[in-house]
Amino acid sequence: MNLTQFRLETDADGIALVTWDVAGKSMNLIDATMMSELKQIVDATTSDAGVKGVVIASGKDSFSGGADLTMLEASGRVFAETAAREGKDKAMQGLFDATSKLSRIYRKIETCGKPWAIAINGACLGGGFELALACHYRVMADDDRTRVGLPEIKIGLFPGAGGTTRVSRLMPTPDALQMLLKGDQIKPAAAKAKNLVHALAPRSDIVAKAKEWIKAGGKGVAPWDIQGWKAPSGKIFSPGGMMIWPPANAIYRRETFDNYPAARAILQSVYEGLQLPMDLALRVESRWFAKILRSPEAAAMIRSLFVSMGELNKGARRPKNIPPTAIKKIGVLGAGFMGAGIAYVSALAGIEVVLIDRDQAAADKGKGHADTLLSAAVAKGRSTPEAKAQVLSRITPTADYGALAGVDLVVEAVFEDRAVKAEATAKALAVVGPDAIFASNTSTLPITSLAENWPKPENFVGVHFFSPVDKMLLVETILGAKTGDRALAVALDFVRAIRKTPIVVHDSRGFFANRCVLNYIREGHLMLMEGVPAAMIENVARMAGMPVGPLSLNDEVALDLGWRILQATKADLGAQAVDPSQEKLLEEMVVKLARHGRKNGKGFYDYPDKGPKTLWPGLAELQPGHVDPDTLDIAEMKQRFLVVQAVEAARTVEDGVITDPREADVGSIIGFGFAPFTGGALSYIDFMGTKNFVALCDRLTAKYGERFAVPALLREMAQKGETFYGRFGGKQEAA
Amino acid sequence: MTEAFIYDALRTPRGRGKPDGALHEVSTLGLAVSALTALKQRSLPDPSLVDDVILGCVDPVGEAGANIGRAAALAAGYGDSVPGLQINRFCASGLDAVNFAAAQIMSGQHDLTVAGGVESMSRVGIGASGGAWPVDPSIAVPSYFVPQGVSADLIATKYGFSRDAVDAYAVESQKRAAKAWAEGRFKPSIAPVRDCNGLTILDRDEHMRPEADMQSLAALKPAFVMMGEQGGFDAVAIQAHPEIERINHVHHAGNSSGIVDGAAAVLIGNREAGAKLGRAPRGKIRAFANIGSDPALMLTGPVDVTKKLFARSGLSFADIDLIEINEAFAAVVLRYIQAFDLDPDKVNPNGGAIALGHPLGATGAMILGMALDELERTDKSLALITLCIGAGMGTATIIERV
Repeated sequence: MNLTQFRLETDADGIALVTWDVAGKSMNLIDATMMSELKQIVDATTSDAGVKGVVIASGKDSFSGGADLTMLEASGRVFAETAAREGKDKAMQGLFDATSKLSRIYRKIETCGKPWAIAINGACLGGGFELALACHYRVMADDDRTRVGLPEIKIGLFPGAGGTTRVSRLMPTPDALQMLLKGDQIKPAAAKAKNLVHALAPRSDIVAKAKEWIKAGGKGVAPWDIQGWKAPSGKIFSPGGMMIWPPANAIYRRETFDNYPAARAILQSVYEGLQLPMDLALRVESRWFAKILRSPEAAAMIRSLFVSMGELNKGARRPKNIPPTAIKKIGVLGAGFMGAGIAYVSALAGIEVVLIDRDQAAADKGKGHADTLLSAAVAKGRSTPEAKAQVLSRITPTADYGALAGVDLVVEAVFEDRAVKAEATAKALAVVGPDAIFASNTSTLPITSLAENWPKPENFVGVHFFSPVDKMLLVETILGAKTGDRALAVALDFVRAIRKTPIVVHDSRGFFANRCVLNYIREGHLMLMEGVPAAMIENVARMAGMPVGPLSLNDEVALDLGWRILQATKADLGAQAVDPSQEKLLEEMVVKLARHGRKNGKGFYDYPDKGPKTLWPGLAELQPGHVDPDTLDIAEMKQRFLVVQAVEAARTVEDGVITDPREADVGSIIGFGFAPFTGGALSYIDFMGTKNFVALCDRLTAKYGERFAVPALLREMAQKGETFYGRFGGKQEAA
Repeated sequence: MTEAFIYDALRTPRGRGKPDGALHEVSTLGLAVSALTALKQRSLPDPSLVDDVILGCVDPVGEAGANIGRAAALAAGYGDSVPGLQINRFCASGLDAVNFAAAQIMSGQHDLTVAGGVESMSRVGIGASGGAWPVDPSIAVPSYFVPQGVSADLIATKYGFSRDAVDAYAVESQKRAAKAWAEGRFKPSIAPVRDCNGLTILDRDEHMRPEADMQSLAALKPAFVMMGEQGGFDAVAIQAHPEIERINHVHHAGNSSGIVDGAAAVLIGNREAGAKLGRAPRGKIRAFANIGSDPALMLTGPVDVTKKLFARSGLSFADIDLIEINEAFAAVVLRYIQAFDLDPDKVNPNGGAIALGHPLGATGAMILGMALDELERTDKSLALITLCIGAGMGTATIIERV
């Protein structure tokens, strides 16, 4: 046996210790070599009479992160090639055989007759945890760094190496479905309580404890392979099952809008598996896994949410010629909601923060925001009073710009007004000098013009945070016309330090995210003025995959802001740049009715003191007419919501605002929740096919207007049969 | 085409479908035998002439399982030569049994068929037969499965029926049923259920609450709030009808059909069979139709099937003297009246399942009999009978008094 990933040593008690330790990698991942070697190990230990039982452990800090996703991506490629060469049936059989292989090896472990125990340290996720579930005894290190879980659903997949089937046999069906559909990582105590592991032990003792179990006579039989085994929730077709399954199906739809095939496959595999003997249940799970693996949703989500996001987080767009800056201390100008949020996430990441506002009281109030968030975390058991005190001690609120001396970066987050910004910038300049890197968190003002306030504009950059800062992962890093590599590098080092995901965009009105978002909101406004019931606008937008309806979103960001942006656009670009119907609606809501959104308790919704918000009934009277909802084309409504954003994303590529499709995709999902199952705003176009997308836009343009008109770039791409990733996807290496 | 005549129609009284209901002690078989025996005694001097016994039954499991039609025919003494069949189209099973029987006659393949239905909801229980629709994700999810009560509330929300409107309808149903009993309108068609000694167990519908009024109904809490909100079904209903912001839950036990036990039998045959029996026909089957419609809205199938039936038969509401539509939920009837702008006095003049109860598999045959009785009593000609059905189906039949 020639093992490259594993070490195998059998001790005097006849217990074989299999140590998984992939050379040259920080993490054990499942790939073709791993599968082949594990199979050899199972065969060898099973046939070796001297081996009483097997303990499997990791030689690294953590057990395993699961499957190497490039292997799964490759299986899709092999499928396409085989299909072209030998036909679809042959290709499908090949894919099924390949993608069910791991499940079959794990089943071999489970049924080999000898006891297998696993010692789990650190992260044990996905296919790694599925290996654990196939072992007869699981010992888990009882420390903070150790987690088990099946997070596949988060990237459009589901546990297909027996995890779905085994979890549904280990715990009551509602708990199993929740675990599989949420994909959460589970801490040791919870894992023990949920029956996912048998024992907890200090990290140093887990292997010994696993061996002890074998020595004490642990049997190599899974509970479900013992005659008379009963599922924890009993039979599906029973009174108990009737309490579980109809609501499970309904809640699945409520949570996913049936947009996530992998989530549906989990339900289906569990439903079918619980009615079958183990081997058949596993086979059905494998069938669904092979199907989901071929789904565009999985391909799109893996690419954007795993691969691209990982690359951006590792600094894919960072200039390589600039040495990294360790950000130790920053200044934040403006202690309002955004500034306070930036101060909080920075302090949380270990950075000293000088938080400046006009007077001490305003600065203190900004620090109070951090106190509130930290206190809530302590109350929920997610933090400790000591940790809270430590984080708070890093924030120094003051009205004195002199305190900025020695900061690595200044982040300006004062009111969106050129004069106010100019004043704060000048005061900071006086202390830190023009060689310091200055970043403005503006959401509306072009960076190039703000950079005129800095004597060395190459040191001026934009960092556009999203609200609420502590929750939103995206930071748009904006390059003004003269922004230099060092400013960009420092800004990206900062974003990385506070564990957010950066996208790098070029200067433009609204940058990237807001351009798309404003289009989305406007589409809601225009539908309302077409006479579509308000509830239908909101519901269909969510059915299309958006996290909140356009009217809700508008209420959150404030209608008067929308009105001001509209007026500014009109002033700058002329009356033809705004839609008169939208202007009329906002004028009624903002100017005549003072309905500004959630902030003044009345917008498209009413916000009662008690109970959930409800759509303002008066909206119906603002509508020029009313359309019978049963005559509306829901599929087209969904397309309008997504297309109007995607076509704007395409325009940002044409404008040069976006230069890398990964950034548009990741930015659109984590910045404004663009239907994640599509892979993002540009993947939506790529997966639909540029040609189909252009045809759809042409149809929508004819019917609804120029806002759907495609840019010349897209029409050219459609003619050439190009995709965004094909044309612009030359990957830059991570720095 | 051979004409299918209705020679007789009988039903047991409806017992409260609970362990304290009068018919709880009677098995499903016993209920079916009661109806078949009464029919035999009144209209079938030679039961061996019967070519088939078709019974609707919605939860055909346990004591109701494995073809209750044949078991009931044998136990009722129809003779070894009379076969039996059990069908299931959920709430319209009893009417579909009549239609199937009529089709056998119309096609010329049978001369005489007994149709009907039976359900002991107190003994077998609603939902006892399971089924893929609510449970198997591959059908529950794409077809927007929601329980019927949530569908009824969805209908009320979508078409604007307030709690007061559905309650007022329920009060009217109770009043009409009470009046019908008081005037003896039902008595000729009720086959009392008797014990092995001939003692009467029940001879009167047991579920009625003639004292119900707006105040007493207002005290009832809507029944499907928890199911809709916590079970996720409101969200499913809204995804199917996204113009709705939230479901207005208005239905409760007092404005929904009652859970009851009961059975019914209808004798359908060609002209020659009637002559052999020495019976004059009371009515005939003019036309019938089935349809499927939006499974989430589920209970508006009567609207769709009525349109289809009129289109096929060339008839219209101008020809129809009387409408019997099953009162599964008050909103079902109100939507039907609204959709066709009907005179409420022509709809369910003697009350319906809100007052009398809805023994699932039997109801269709029961309300067909009620319609025939009412045509005779009022000296009218044409009646339309229709029921809403689980999963969005609808069945409707037009009968004519002869």
